[in-house]
Amino acid sequence: MPVHARHSRRHLLWWSVAALPLAFLGIFFFWPLITVLVRGLWDGGFDWPGTWAVVVDPRTVDAVLTTAGLATLGTLGSLALGIPGAYVLYRLRWRGQATVRGIASVPFVLPTIVVATAFTALFGRSGPLGFLGWDQTVWAIALAMVFYNTSVVLRIVGGTWAALDPRTADAARTLGANRRQAFTHVTLPALVPAIASAASVVFLFCATAFGIVLVMGGTRINTLETEIWLQVNQFLDMRAAAVLAILQLLFVIGILAASAWARRRRERVLGTRTVDGTRAAQRRDLALTIPVLTVLGLLMAAPLFALIERSLRTPDGYSFDYYAALFTDPPAAVLPVSVWQATLNSLTTAAIAAVVATGLGLIVASLLARRGRRAAVLDALVMMPLGVSAVVVGLGMLLTLNRVVLGVDLRGSWWLVPMAQAVVALPLVVRTLVPPAKAIDPRMKAAARTLGAGPTREWATVEWPLLRRPFGLALGFAFAISMGEFGATSFVARPDRPTLPTAIYRLLGRPGPENIGMAFAAAVLLAVLTASVMMVSERMRTQIGGDL
Amino acid sequence: MSGLQVSDLTVKYGGAHPVTAVDGVSLDVTAGETVALLGPSGCGKSSLLGAIVGIVDVASGAITWDGDDVTEVPVHRRNFGLVFQDGQLFPHRSVARNIGFGLEMEGLPLDARRERVEEMLTLVGLEGYGSRAVTDLSGGQRQRVALARSLAPRPRLLALDEPLSALDADLRGRLAVEVRDILAAAGTTAIVVTHDPSEADVMASRVLRMEEGQLV
Repeated sequence: MPVHARHSRRHLLWWSVAALPLAFLGIFFFWPLITVLVRGLWDGGFDWPGTWAVVVDPRTVDAVLTTAGLATLGTLGSLALGIPGAYVLYRLRWRGQATVRGIASVPFVLPTIVVATAFTALFGRSGPLGFLGWDQTVWAIALAMVFYNTSVVLRIVGGTWAALDPRTADAARTLGANRRQAFTHVTLPALVPAIASAASVVFLFCATAFGIVLVMGGTRINTLETEIWLQVNQFLDMRAAAVLAILQLLFVIGILAASAWARRRRERVLGTRTVDGTRAAQRRDLALTIPVLTVLGLLMAAPLFALIERSLRTPDGYSFDYYAALFTDPPAAVLPVSVWQATLNSLTTAAIAAVVATGLGLIVASLLARRGRRAAVLDALVMMPLGVSAVVVGLGMLLTLNRVVLGVDLRGSWWLVPMAQAVVALPLVVRTLVPPAKAIDPRMKAAARTLGAGPTREWATVEWPLLRRPFGLALGFAFAISMGEFGATSFVARPDRPTLPTAIYRLLGRPGPENIGMAFAAAVLLAVLTASVMMVSERMRTQIGGDL
Repeated sequence: MSGLQVSDLTVKYGGAHPVTAVDGVSLDVTAGETVALLGPSGCGKSSLLGAIVGIVDVASGAITWDGDDVTEVPVHRRNFGLVFQDGQLFPHRSVARNIGFGLEMEGLPLDARRERVEEMLTLVGLEGYGSRAVTDLSGGQRQRVALARSLAPRPRLLALDEPLSALDADLRGRLAVEVRDILAAAGTTAIVVTHDPSEADVMASRVLRMEEGQLV
């Protein structure tokens, strides 16, 4: 067989394997996304005036300003706490540090609906901090964002800080700089790229914190995402929702561009050499360590304490009544099924979503293991859902897939829920699986081939055993993400078949201490479920595991 | 007496495996003289140098300059310069702004700063390199910049910690002679730490040997 024919046959094989993940993304992501774009700009013809009317509507302008303002507050707060925290938790060394780092990363694995519920428990009228009157204010929302995102700053800035050569600051000291000058002239410039990179990631998370704003914002505070939700569920104006989704899309693309720019700079400044720049903490470090750890501890403990306390506080004193109520059928006007049934729904959909996302992710990771142009194209396509807010994904699926597709009637089908969750989880699964897949030396595979293994046996005997643990990690991640997914799920979940997060949202919105109390108990249940799945899967992390 | 006097200096590192890096060392350096500190790696010579300059904490003993005790004086007020083994140039600053750093900290006006930086560039043979990024320099050029940066604020003592060891052998021989001439031209009192006896002979007027934390 001529060489080029063999080459093109191998090419064909590669793309035919890639076809499965691409078909999945095509149906459940790109088609819905394109539908949103078309719907936003098209109304029987190119309808620019109609689009523009939505853009300049005072509600829209207000939502854009609120989105940007809240994200700015959340980012500044996370940096204000995260930068000193990075110094204490990563630059200094002390006993028990690893445990504290682990605790500090807990908020990030909690579902947004749990964080929102916990802060509602804290700042609500009967909450421990209810007297502040912060319920349904931007301050409470921004604080919830800080709770959620400080760990991102800790990890990114801390990682860079721990690897900075302390002797560069020493050099400044020998040249006459005092401690403060050495920090501002030498250490801070070296940290700026990491800070910028952390800030852009946090800003992105804050700008897409749909669940937090929807639950905590009440009727007055609306971001682009909650405005989309209102247009769909209250005003039934799909056109306006689509235009808002386009704005949200542009907003996120802008942040991602800034983030890519910051990352390039970080890589350039960091250069090639990194050292262990940590030092043992001394007595004089207590002046910084104690206040930083106290603030971090209070911020983390207060909302979780309030959530647990209020899930146990009934009108007749402390009891497990609200937990017991999770297993009974509530009045139909509150929820059509019991919370326990919603939990089973969530476990089922999350299991399906995790299997779909991890299965597709494994295919993608195997294909991406060998670099090249086609791999770069596939990588970019698979990563795209990460750059689109889950709310936009949910809206797109609602607009697109409420019909018969390929002979399958999807109208109101609960199948849309796990598919939406799989779309959201897929990029993170791929990011977990690709580094270990790339770390497998091609010569090892070649060795298996020379020993008589065909492509299938080579995969089964060499690649799979090495990918098994990262696969378990990715499966757990995907499951936990799907369990807590709220943005896309809230658009496609049927009212009579709620998931645990959508049930919590429903309960929070119903009057009566009974319903609120059940919402708190359900949020504790969801937190325990996702956190334990995350902890179990973290144990799968190996040395060659991916970086998230 | 004039110059540096170190008496009974001890440096200890704590942690899980405490080490006495410098064990009761005493030495004198007369003003204008260059002394070499020669010894194998890990013998404590860099710790001794760090303690003299003030970036390493002293467990006991005293450091005086012209009879004044500077042991408790913070590093940035000692006016002792240090050239690091790997230069430790500031990557976000140009060559000129690296050399001008110490002058900036002194609060020297811009004009005077520029003049001094030019002078230093000429001294180390890097005229016209002022606006270059330090990341674009070769290893030898980096060490020249590091030397110029340390000399610019006119330190009363210059400490050099293996200033040439990161360079290749050929360049090392030539630069050793150059550094000696530059130090002589600047009239600076200096201590050079090295593990290369021939380098010590070239650069210094007197050689002290160190082993396991003590002078021998």
